[in-house]
Amino acid sequence: MASKDLNLKQYIDFSQDNEFDTDIAIVIKEGNRSVDSIKHREKITRIIFTIILYIVVTFLAFLMVFPFYWMIITSLKNNSEIISAQQTFFPTIVMWSNYVYVFNHFKFVTYMTNTIVVAVFSTIGTLITTVFGAFAFARLNFKGREALFMVFLMTMMIPGEMMVISNYITVAAFGWIGENATLTDAYLAMIVPFWVSVFYIYLLRQNFKQVPNELYLAAKVDGKSDWSFLWKVMVPLAAPTLISITILKFMGTWNSYVWPNLVANKDEFRLISNGLRGSSFVDPESGRVEYGYQMAATVLVTVPLFLLFVFFRKYIMRGVGRAGIKG
Amino acid sequence: MTENEARTTLLNENILDNSVTFAPRYNESDDVIVHFVSHKKINNKFKVGGVLDNEQKNNWKAWLYLAPVLVLIAIFLIYPLINTIAISFMSNYNYVTGSYDGFTLDNFGAILGLSEINGVRDNRLLDYGFANTFIITFVTVPLSLIIALLISVLLNSLKWLQKVYQIVFFLPYVTNTIAIGMVFSVLFDRQGVINYIFGSDITWIYGADRWVAMVPLCLYIIWGSLPFKILILLSGLQGVDKQYYQAAKIDSTPKWRVLLRITVPALSPQILYLMVTSFIGAFKEYSSIVGLFNGPGTSTGSYNMYTIVYYIYDNLNTNTSLAAAAAVVLFVIILLFTFLQLWISKKRVYY
Repeated sequence: MASKDLNLKQYIDFSQDNEFDTDIAIVIKEGNRSVDSIKHREKITRIIFTIILYIVVTFLAFLMVFPFYWMIITSLKNNSEIISAQQTFFPTIVMWSNYVYVFNHFKFVTYMTNTIVVAVFSTIGTLITTVFGAFAFARLNFKGREALFMVFLMTMMIPGEMMVISNYITVAAFGWIGENATLTDAYLAMIVPFWVSVFYIYLLRQNFKQVPNELYLAAKVDGKSDWSFLWKVMVPLAAPTLISITILKFMGTWNSYVWPNLVANKDEFRLISNGLRGSSFVDPESGRVEYGYQMAATVLVTVPLFLLFVFFRKYIMRGVGRAGIKG
Repeated sequence: MTENEARTTLLNENILDNSVTFAPRYNESDDVIVHFVSHKKINNKFKVGGVLDNEQKNNWKAWLYLAPVLVLIAIFLIYPLINTIAISFMSNYNYVTGSYDGFTLDNFGAILGLSEINGVRDNRLLDYGFANTFIITFVTVPLSLIIALLISVLLNSLKWLQKVYQIVFFLPYVTNTIAIGMVFSVLFDRQGVINYIFGSDITWIYGADRWVAMVPLCLYIIWGSLPFKILILLSGLQGVDKQYYQAAKIDSTPKWRVLLRITVPALSPQILYLMVTSFIGAFKEYSSIVGLFNGPGTSTGSYNMYTIVYYIYDNLNTNTSLAAAAAVVLFVIILLFTFLQLWISKKRVYY
């Protein structure tokens, strides 16, 4: 055997060919290292790689949550600590009084009530129109169904800004905004324009289409009307999607800033985002923004969303995965 | 399933399918079932309790179900669209009275800074609005996509705690844009923690230079847009056939090559979807600016953080015609970009 050619990779050593039947000796080598040592080496590399991977991912995860952490600890610091040259990563004195101040001066309850009222009613309206629309497109036959659905889908490409201008004029013409507008008017202006969502109709239609034809026909044979089939069979089957829509709509209202900012022209009509941005946390003595108070208010605004996320994580993540639109 | 069973199922499906939309699909050469039932035209008396719904019967019912949707869409979607386009051509439209001084193209000239409107030349959109919008778009969209792709590849290779990390990376989605914008402005305060950690003394937010202020703004937008992208890309990654990776492993392909040659092409539908949606989103950036800067500029009276959408909302009740013109311009830009991306994707996306 020409051993010169194999001086680097000598996989099987047959040099002791003669004693093969008595003593089987197979030595696998690569660059003078045995398989065991190579395997060992690979294992160590893999472990090191895994450790590095986890360190990197943990670091990135830390970056992602750092703003939340900073929000919470800043809300518990006093102002001199916040602006001091020596930044602290945990408050030296925990200032719960920031929250007391915010509860007294920031109309959290008013804004929250407004937000919940708007969220509840716009969600109910959206659910009703969505269920009806999706049912018609998924189950009923009528002339021009596909063409109309295409038109619906095309409207999703139009940026909302195109509509906001004219909708503002429309709700002004309805008398829902202006000097004499009451709280009910402001609510209507914030609720009614969002009673329909083409995207949710599309989403629910896909869901309804998966309900087998046989079920519909069986219900028909049993003499059930379309109406009772919709509520007794379709809606319960599509419940997960409907829950997702509800939660996303709620989150959307909690987040909405632009439209409420335009139409809610009095402080007591505002929703939570507008209230937060519109409130002044300036200290009357120093004229500086009191970050402690400000951050305490942002914590109050953020916590309800987090609670929602804790309880409905599955629906939110699945809904977002399919919907992908905030609100 | 035996062949016989399969055929029976197929037959059943055909029966049911046919009975719903019988009239248009009645065709002698089409189906076994048709021969099976009758060679004659189907009479109404063969129908079982309304199973064979014909189209006419359902027609008015369907429109009834659609009525609420159609009314709302007509009032709050179709009419506004046409109306906004019309207003953008009206001179000095007054939304309270509905009056205007004839039709003109001046509004478009005015927002582009070409002509004067009521004796004033408005350069704010030209100087800041367009440039800022494009900078935000072309910085944040590619960067956030690349970062999200890397993070989701990392997350996908985790053996333990993958779910936990997935939830942590999703957290920024569940926030209020305004609230966290305010948190970022505290982080980037001159006496804030960012300057402290890096030992720098840079004015990022209030009174900052326009280009410096872009840094926290873009970082905030990227931070906020990562969760959604990671969610989509990760679910895409979990659907990629493992065989490709095994083949690459046997060939001992380098990791970066696997990423570029297998992962990215396999994820191309998701990437296209994210590109289209995040381009549209970035063109419409507004709330994050309000959250961070509490106004259209880094200092009072300044407009150096203007974007197209900010201009629209700023001028909505004072200069409705100009706002409408800006909205139409934005609409055209978004349409062009969407079609451009879809056109490119025809060559680059593998389904």
